[in-house]
Amino acid sequence: MSTRPPDHPGLADTPAVDAHGLRKVFGELVAVEGIDLRVERGEIFGLLGPNGSGKTTTIRMLCGLLVPTGGDATVVGFKVGVQGELIRRAIGYMSQKFGLYPDLTVRENIHFYASIYGLRGGTRETRIDQLMAELKLAPRAGQRAGTLSGGWKQRLALACATAHRPSLLFLDEPTAGVDPAARRLFWQTIHEYARTGITILITTHYMDEAEQCGRLAFMSKGRLYAVGTAAEIMERFHQPTLEDVFIALQERDEREAA
Amino acid sequence: MTPFRTVRDLLVWTMLWKEFLQLSRDRLTFAMILGIPTMQIIIFGFLVQTQVRHLPTVVWDQSRTTASRELAQRLENTQNFLIIGQVASSTEVDQAIGSGRAQAALVIPVEYARDLKRGRTASAQLLIDAQDPMTATSAIAGGQAASLATAIALRPTAPPPVDLRVRPRYNPALRDAVFIVPGLIGVVLTITLVLVTAMSLVKEREQGTLEQLIVTPISRQTVIVGKIAPFVIIGLVQTTVVLVLGKLIFDIPFRGSLVLLYACTLAFMIAMLGLGILMSTVARTQGQALQMGMLILFPSILLSGFIFPLAAMPLVARVAGMLFPVTHYLTILRGILLKGVGLDALWPSALTLVVFAVALVTLSVTRFAKTLE
Repeated sequence: MSTRPPDHPGLADTPAVDAHGLRKVFGELVAVEGIDLRVERGEIFGLLGPNGSGKTTTIRMLCGLLVPTGGDATVVGFKVGVQGELIRRAIGYMSQKFGLYPDLTVRENIHFYASIYGLRGGTRETRIDQLMAELKLAPRAGQRAGTLSGGWKQRLALACATAHRPSLLFLDEPTAGVDPAARRLFWQTIHEYARTGITILITTHYMDEAEQCGRLAFMSKGRLYAVGTAAEIMERFHQPTLEDVFIALQERDEREAA
Repeated sequence: MTPFRTVRDLLVWTMLWKEFLQLSRDRLTFAMILGIPTMQIIIFGFLVQTQVRHLPTVVWDQSRTTASRELAQRLENTQNFLIIGQVASSTEVDQAIGSGRAQAALVIPVEYARDLKRGRTASAQLLIDAQDPMTATSAIAGGQAASLATAIALRPTAPPPVDLRVRPRYNPALRDAVFIVPGLIGVVLTITLVLVTAMSLVKEREQGTLEQLIVTPISRQTVIVGKIAPFVIIGLVQTTVVLVLGKLIFDIPFRGSLVLLYACTLAFMIAMLGLGILMSTVARTQGQALQMGMLILFPSILLSGFIFPLAAMPLVARVAGMLFPVTHYLTILRGILLKGVGLDALWPSALTLVVFAVALVTLSVTRFAKTLE
């Protein structure tokens, strides 16, 4: 793993994410209800919460995939909804679906995304080789992405999302449907990225993964609860584990819904 | 600005590289693209015959004379009938037609030859299985031709009171392929550009790759252009395949300007791409896209005058047909290829196509861009 800092740092001395009153309404449904969120550079920040709590919607607004209904936010110092192209150059995004072309090979997928990010010629080939080595994809270089198993797909998607050395990486439930060994390897890579200065914003269901994050935020019914380290959060909710916090929040949601 | 522009142009090439790589891997789509024009030209070119020939016919000849045998022979000479046997009673006539063994029966009465000899009008009867009007029309025309031929043979010297000379232009041999094959271009392009485009866009959305593309610096316009440009190229290849096969196999005339033909084809293709993109914004799965494509395809075939002549349609159907760009495109195709006319005659259709193209592309691209949010 190279220790080179990211190629697209964004504006200097700005937080990776800085959102104020960010809100999204779909028709009648309030998906995200005016959240404030600040993620510092170089953090591994975990966004936790049950399905439908607004995690994915939040990430999608920050990436520019959804237009916020209200509030404002900056990502690596650029304004969401105004400086979209500058944001997109500086971030990487990996969704639950992985976003790979099943009929292209591993190498062709990376080649395509590297080209889309503007890499050309020798620079691109060097970068592809480097990604293949770092993510241990080399043995499957010529295999069609559609025939890979979950863990391989996940690492390939990560290679595609980081081809341009982004300074902020959004990972939306990246380990759903991936076996434990692959998850461990994945997290090693994430920690290495963080060491080179890449900020990680990740959503997850798995509480053991949540403990790997520097700071966490719980989301529930479109609101953000309890931002802090795992220890701080457990203390605030008087629960022995993060899983208990998660279940407590979920039960509260269900009681309110009833 | 210039360096940005160059990067954008390169990104279109990247999109095209990816699209063609995928197409070369996706055997089904690839087979559809080349197989559809070839298969259609064989099916429609060879098999669609609107002229019914060699109807199986039985003869009940009660006269049993040279004159009656000549009448039967003349009927067969029109080539619309094929005499398959003799019968000896009205029951047998009914039985032959009823069972479907024969589709026509010639009944010649006992007094046929005697009436002829006496200079009276001799009558005979031609019974036709008229379930299918097309068969019946052909049989009636054949019967009349045989009757006329007999009359002329009997009184060669008498001048006919009126001489109406019919001269079929543009397709003097009345070959169905000449009418059908040019129209095939319209049908093939509708399938590829509406169906395959819509399915390809829906697939990209289902895979999550469309979303992945949107979070990269590539512009939305480049994504759309990169997705549809390959189909424009494929459409032009298909047009050429149908034209070349049509010329080689069916000797379809190329009387007008091929430049004008390709220009109008481009306008038609843009209209069809617009429709394909529009469908992709509504369909959630590839299966839905396919079903919606069929909904466009069937009226396109039935109402456009591709097989059934517009002149034969009731007013409502003709008006409905006008709402499909393919109807206007077929007018242009046949006008250029068969009649050899130019823009001076075809401008109303060409203008309509351009209006369709602009309207559909504007509508669909706006809707598509909105679904990317």
